[in-house]
Amino acid sequence: MTTRIDRRMAKLKAEGRPALVTYIMGGDPDYDTSLSIMKALPASGSDVIELGMPFSDPMADGPAIQAAGLRALKGGQTLAKTLKMASDFRASDNDTPIVLMGYYNPIYIYGVDRFLADAKASGIDGLIVVDLPPEMDEELCIPALKAGVNFIRLATPTTDDKRLPKVLENTSGFVYYVSMTGITGSALADTAKVSAAVTRIKGHTALPVCVGFGVKTAEQARVIGASADGVVVGTAIVNAIANVLGPKGEKTADPAEAVATLVSGLAQGVRSARLAAAE
Amino acid sequence: MNKPAMPNSFRTGPDEQGMFGIFGGRFVAETLMPLILDLEEQWNKAKTDPEFKAELQNLSTHYAGRPSKLYFAEGLTKHLGGAKVYFKREDLNHTGSHKINNCLGQILLAKRMGKKRIIAETGAGQHGVASATVAARFGYPCVVYMGATDVARQSPNVFRMKLLGAEVRPVTAGHGTLKDAMNEALRDWVTNVEDTYYLIGTAAGPHPYPELVRDFQSVIGSEARAQILEQEGRLPDVIIAAVGGGSNAIGLFHPFLDDKDVRIIGIEAGGRGLDGVEHCASMNAGKPGVLHGNRTYLLQNADGQILDGHSISAGLDYPGVGPEHSWLRDSGRVQYEPILDDEALEAFQLTTRVEGIIPALESAHAIAHAMKIVPKMDKDQLVIVNLSGRGDKDVHTVANMLGMEI
Repeated sequence: MTTRIDRRMAKLKAEGRPALVTYIMGGDPDYDTSLSIMKALPASGSDVIELGMPFSDPMADGPAIQAAGLRALKGGQTLAKTLKMASDFRASDNDTPIVLMGYYNPIYIYGVDRFLADAKASGIDGLIVVDLPPEMDEELCIPALKAGVNFIRLATPTTDDKRLPKVLENTSGFVYYVSMTGITGSALADTAKVSAAVTRIKGHTALPVCVGFGVKTAEQARVIGASADGVVVGTAIVNAIANVLGPKGEKTADPAEAVATLVSGLAQGVRSARLAAAE
Repeated sequence: MNKPAMPNSFRTGPDEQGMFGIFGGRFVAETLMPLILDLEEQWNKAKTDPEFKAELQNLSTHYAGRPSKLYFAEGLTKHLGGAKVYFKREDLNHTGSHKINNCLGQILLAKRMGKKRIIAETGAGQHGVASATVAARFGYPCVVYMGATDVARQSPNVFRMKLLGAEVRPVTAGHGTLKDAMNEALRDWVTNVEDTYYLIGTAAGPHPYPELVRDFQSVIGSEARAQILEQEGRLPDVIIAAVGGGSNAIGLFHPFLDDKDVRIIGIEAGGRGLDGVEHCASMNAGKPGVLHGNRTYLLQNADGQILDGHSISAGLDYPGVGPEHSWLRDSGRVQYEPILDDEALEAFQLTTRVEGIIPALESAHAIAHAMKIVPKMDKDQLVIVNLSGRGDKDVHTVANMLGMEI
């Protein structure tokens, strides 16, 4: 069974360039604005969309994504609304893969079976749930695979060769390599080390490997994209939204346009990675 | 929900996956998994290592001052006019609370694991002080995360930590209480995995923390059980302890869990009442969810967002509880009751006047429940209350509540 993720990654591989994976927080700063930002992403060059599910206690996230989650929650976002956002997006785009990213508790409270059914119906292709390591696969990973939803696992610098097979075992869609030990939005790690890690992981799996945490600029996207199958950008996009919000949350410019400008630049970066890799 | 079948023993958990029934587990980011597995392995070796046990025993005796006394609270007993009340005097330990039991155990583990830096979270500051103390004693740099609200209401403990050489980092996220401090400590840990030991202060978090903290704190119950047999020739009728994360409570309860005639009561912070949101009674008013590495009862809304809660006592101001308590609740072995801020305040004042002991506000919650049930019990019945800590740290809060300036 192939998903939109499989098809998109295969297509980009044929084109010989890495994917640009863009993260936005669902409902940040409000539902309508967030949906307009999401809708503008593919035209700006985003290949895969990670849609954040806001959570009150995001333990793996830095200040920028914490703040984005709080803005979304304050704006009334819920898991049900995040699913609705995906389905509203699907009305005009049936190709761009959507991966939900967040923490387990809201899903657990929503109910795993109900969540998977609704996610599938909303056009969700994959899940990244930060606090569900392979040891907890029975909770959501196995049910998701049965439901035909990719479960994308995070591999980190602490995931050594001994542990890697366990992490990869039930992973599908792609592998998300976390470039550093740290929280989202930290400074990018040594790119040579990241490339070596990507090569190491590729030795264990045929799945595409996307790299995230710390990628903020087109140049970084280009460098990382030379070895990885995809580059994930989150904090920089979330900051682009925060930067056009005033002290009371009022918009000082169009957030969708601010994000589109940034993403277009990042897309240039990943596209030049192809040229760099071909040389 | 169906009640799980009654087990032969309540003392065998957790299972190999770190679960107590449906509770517990290892809900952490992948970055932390190898560390947690390593900690589990090291802990399994340490707990059967005679050298480790001897070193901990030696420190417990000569540094912490164990065994703590089991004190017949004659003044309170007379005042209440019912069952005999005993206090397990954890307030007499070095640093003034039960927290030192766990910190000594974990610092020895950190040493075995070759870690170079200690981080901890704290609510009331008791665990922060105990962590800063063992870090000073063993020569480790120590960073303590503490909610900004708690920094303000527990200033004496903040100063103690600083004197001990620890860096106290105030956390302003959320309501600035224990939950937020724990989030920030986890962020530090995930960033500094190579050299840092996370010294969790309560019997919660990912496996193996709930188990190892319980085992280090079970010295409370083991001593109390032997002491009551020695002093009264029989087991108590009731034992009571306050539950925030629940480390002093599980420490007292665990050795008594299979003594089926001993009634066991855990006291949650009822705050300003369970009707509203200003309380921390997760087992009375919350539902199971996943936070901070484990599944347990949590205060949360219909969307699974965690609520902040409220308690007069910073040490009980946490929207969750250790997973073993959640399991003991569902299995029916332990009964969990709420006590309001005002009731705890009254118990605090009464204990101070009739016993000459200033209890921590956390412990005052447990005493407040004893005040409710003891007068209705027979004079030959026995109640043990865990006096988990001394209340000097709380005098500012209490003065404030009573409208006095000091």
